[in-house]
Amino acid sequence: MRLRLTAGMVKDEAIDRVETLSGQSILACYQCGRCSAGCPVVEEMDIIPSEVIRLLQLGQIDEVLSSKTIWTCASCLQCASRCPKGVEFSSICDALRAIVLRIRLATPKVDADGLTKVMMSDAPQMGVVGALRKLNG
Amino acid sequence: MKIPYYPGCTLHERARDFDTSARECALALGVELEELAIWTCCGAVYPLVTDSVMDVLAGVRNLSYASRLGDKVVTLCSFCYNVLKRCNNVMRDDEDKRDKTNLFLRADTEARKKVESYTHEDYEGQVEVLHYIEMLRDVVGYDKVASAVTKKLEGLKVAPYYGCMLLRPKNEMKFDDPEQPTIFEEFLETLGCEAVDFPMKTECCGGFQVVNDEELAVSCSQNVVVSALKRNADIIVTTCPLCRYNLDRHQEKMAERVKGFSRVPVVYFTQLLGIALGIDKKHLDFTDNSVDPLPVLAEKSLF
Repeated sequence: MRLRLTAGMVKDEAIDRVETLSGQSILACYQCGRCSAGCPVVEEMDIIPSEVIRLLQLGQIDEVLSSKTIWTCASCLQCASRCPKGVEFSSICDALRAIVLRIRLATPKVDADGLTKVMMSDAPQMGVVGALRKLNG
Repeated sequence: MKIPYYPGCTLHERARDFDTSARECALALGVELEELAIWTCCGAVYPLVTDSVMDVLAGVRNLSYASRLGDKVVTLCSFCYNVLKRCNNVMRDDEDKRDKTNLFLRADTEARKKVESYTHEDYEGQVEVLHYIEMLRDVVGYDKVASAVTKKLEGLKVAPYYGCMLLRPKNEMKFDDPEQPTIFEEFLETLGCEAVDFPMKTECCGGFQVVNDEELAVSCSQNVVVSALKRNADIIVTTCPLCRYNLDRHQEKMAERVKGFSRVPVVYFTQLLGIALGIDKKHLDFTDNSVDPLPVLAEKSLF
């Protein structure tokens, strides 16, 4: 049996939304893996950056929306700096989190009331503000 | 010479050592950092989603305030620098977002009239956002910095840690080479110390993820600190309060995990500059460090 996959078959509305929100072209990626190789937090991810993009290329958005990966990205943009095709994986992660937080109305990641005293009295404000904006939407 | 200055929240509270040392050093070099009369938090992180106008408002409002004082604004915190510079790019290059943002800020000014005397003037990205180190290089000049040095930091091996936000994304930040930056090495050489090159100087410290997952930040910071130690650094310098926090505060944990780990102090680059310029010790304030920098500075007869 011959299975024929085309971009038109797998690129549905959800993938279009990721591309629009992130400003990135999912199909530009040719899977060299430099984003995953350079990512400083890749060890904590359940799906590595290049695999996330591959899954999106194949239309498997539900798998990436429920991954730990999108909450692990620190937006350091090392992936973008090293990508030969100019794809910013960090921006794709921001878009995926936005979809989860805005559209699926997930519970915010950081429990603001549960922040430790150390965090509130010692950590730089920029860290707390940054985390709440990035991870809680 | 006066230059408009945006300190940002963290330098106003938790990183006063960074703010004070920077102001005093600037004065010694003939520059008065003129703090904006009104400013707010910049938002700390720049939105990477394309449809967000709301997330650039705070940055743009601060830039608009800065435009009343002059054609430049200087900042120190890497996050503020990143946010202000990228917001500025949006206002300069993206007509649609520029119009929406100005429209909102005009209405916002109306609503805030009772509490503030400022009115919004449409902003078009005309202010140049400068990092303090760029001010030292391009406005003051490294040669002038070098001639103002009264105490050369001879014998001190300093690892300059850049982190992410100054450098990336490269096409927008245009700060230095994102993989092999040298601006801090050149600066350190003007102070007479030895700049230590180390492979992790542009790696992420874990950043804001420390709030959500401390372990993640410990392992990221550990990679950076161990890399600097392997190159025999006496001290690490940074320009970001969050990097300083992650690299400094987690060294107890690193010591538990890494065999033969020796603690290395992490200070702001302006604190080292202050020593070299002979600034009064009370303005340099090395009290907020988990790893005390004074022993190594005393050992080199610098403090």
